[in-house]
Amino acid sequence: MTPLSGNNAFAIRAENVSRHYQMGGALIRAVNEVTLSIRSGEFVALLGSSGSGKSTLLNLLAGLDRPTSGAIVVQNRDLAAMNTHELAQYRSGTVGMVFQSFNLLPRMTLEENIELPLRLAEVDRSERSARVREALQRVRLEKRLSHRPSILLADEPTGNLDSVTGEEVMLLLKSFNQDLGMTVVMVTHERPLADRFAHRILTLADGKLISEAAAQAAEIPAAGARP
Amino acid sequence: MKIGDLTELAFRNLREAVLRNSLTTLGVAVGVASLVALVSLGVGLQQLVSKRLSSSGLFNAIFVYSQADMQEMRGPRRGVSGSPAASKPLDESARRDLSRLPNVTEVYPQIRFMTEIRYDNNPYPTSVAGVPLSAQNDGAFDGMQGHFFSGPNADEAILHSEFAKDLSDNPLSLIGKDLVLRYAERQSLNSGDSANPGFSVVPHEKQLRIIGIVDTEPEGGFGGFGRSRVFIPLQLAQQLSATDVSDLSELVNGSGSVRTYSSLTVRVKTPTDVQAVENAIKGMGFATFSLLDTTKNLRLFFFVIDILLGIFGSLALIVATLGIVNTLVMAILERRREIGVFKALGADDRDVKQLFFAEASVMGFVGGIGGVFLGWLIGRVLTFGANVYLARQNVPAVNIAAVPLWLVLGAVIFAVLVSLVAGLYPASRAARLNPVEALRYE
Repeated sequence: MTPLSGNNAFAIRAENVSRHYQMGGALIRAVNEVTLSIRSGEFVALLGSSGSGKSTLLNLLAGLDRPTSGAIVVQNRDLAAMNTHELAQYRSGTVGMVFQSFNLLPRMTLEENIELPLRLAEVDRSERSARVREALQRVRLEKRLSHRPSILLADEPTGNLDSVTGEEVMLLLKSFNQDLGMTVVMVTHERPLADRFAHRILTLADGKLISEAAAQAAEIPAAGARP
Repeated sequence: MKIGDLTELAFRNLREAVLRNSLTTLGVAVGVASLVALVSLGVGLQQLVSKRLSSSGLFNAIFVYSQADMQEMRGPRRGVSGSPAASKPLDESARRDLSRLPNVTEVYPQIRFMTEIRYDNNPYPTSVAGVPLSAQNDGAFDGMQGHFFSGPNADEAILHSEFAKDLSDNPLSLIGKDLVLRYAERQSLNSGDSANPGFSVVPHEKQLRIIGIVDTEPEGGFGGFGRSRVFIPLQLAQQLSATDVSDLSELVNGSGSVRTYSSLTVRVKTPTDVQAVENAIKGMGFATFSLLDTTKNLRLFFFVIDILLGIFGSLALIVATLGIVNTLVMAILERRREIGVFKALGADDRDVKQLFFAEASVMGFVGGIGGVFLGWLIGRVLTFGANVYLARQNVPAVNIAAVPLWLVLGAVIFAVLVSLVAGLYPASRAARLNPVEALRYE
């Protein structure tokens, strides 16, 4: 496994990250002493069965949850040491989330849903409108993410989709990775999917990182390379 | 989040559960309405009383006496030094000096003398008082029968209703009829000669037309009008030069050659000018009396009444805030997942808190505006009801409720503040939601 270092080429570095829950008298070790590094522009799949801790790890990388112990360094800053406001800024500016369920707000129109992260980032109304229009008008999907994060975290993005739509979503994620240089971390339990699209596959079981292997996908881009 | 976006999202969220939020807002409106209605009654009654009192001329009037007269009234036990005769006389010169003081609108003597009225060949001893034309605006003449003096020298008289009843069983029939005033005119023996201060008393008669009948005494019985039963124009009273009680003291004091007044009434522009003018008059060497302290007590009384009414009115608003708490807590439960999405997209605790505060304050603001209107309407209805009753009692219409601008703004601001306080718990609860758990919520 890649050791944690101060190299800026890594988009995400996690060292000895644990997330434990107390449930009644039992201690649940959802993520246990995980150390990993993900390069900028890399497409990594987190593979594992249900309950392996992959979604919990993704939430930790997204700054939605805090580790019980360990460090997660993104852009040279430790997420575990950030306060709630800094974490919110991190979620707003650095990462994008793709959920298994769509999580669109049903009370808002599609445009308003797309606009919401821009509102939260206090982007001006005129620029917001332009970017939403741009996103909607483009048939090509690489511009679809309106707030353009540098890291995209996807939690079972095809879990609720039929095979055709799932394929489209995966191609979209691939295009974000290849064309926009986004670092993509995708949680999945489908090995073939990981093999097809990811550069690297990290496998978790019972909260531990048990293996790391190159996938059959295209060549991993050079560290730090972004178009 | 920017305040514009925050407000827009708050309105959008409120529109989603339109019935529930409308009912909550209506609750706030009813609370504000009860507050506004009660306080408007307090304010209205205060204005009514203040208007009556200020129109009576009592609160912008200063009664001026010579120091000598005041010392005589207080008696020797007070230990006032100096001879009364040495004090400054309240004469025409003093009157002119007082007129020149800033903010003084009018200075007139209080002329009252005992006399005999002859009506229908019967004698009626009574007291006559001179009334300045400015007294027409006094509340005492509001409900009078007939009309006010047609001019400063008009040979006209207004009778007190009690005296009118003495003259006739049907007092109203007196209007338009004549009476004869029999009085003793003071004629100086040697005008301007201080060596001979005496004066002679010559009986005279004056025919006057009765033009009105009044129920209350001008200036509430203060000053020179107290206990007088016949009122004539002040200028006419001065021309008659009738002897009065003060003439005797002038004889005793040896100042009979110069006509002095027992007291002068100084009118100022507004009651707030009273203190300064009163101090200036005292500085000139005269004794004064005003009802300023009484006004202060009256203001304090109504202030306390307004506070009490405000507290009672606020109770309904406080109950309404519980509705806001309930509505927002329900909204948290319904929008748990949405809050999770917000946080995942980069909203921090403060953004979520502000969103709930914005929703609470929108309900408070809209409820406040509606409540002010409702409260004003209640005040109108109460005024209408009161005036229907007063009309049946033959009493002129009054306005018992008033909604001044400060009450409008205060009520709306208070409603927003109370709503914000109501939003404290729901907002902090929503902000504390764990985004991972919130996103998992179905």
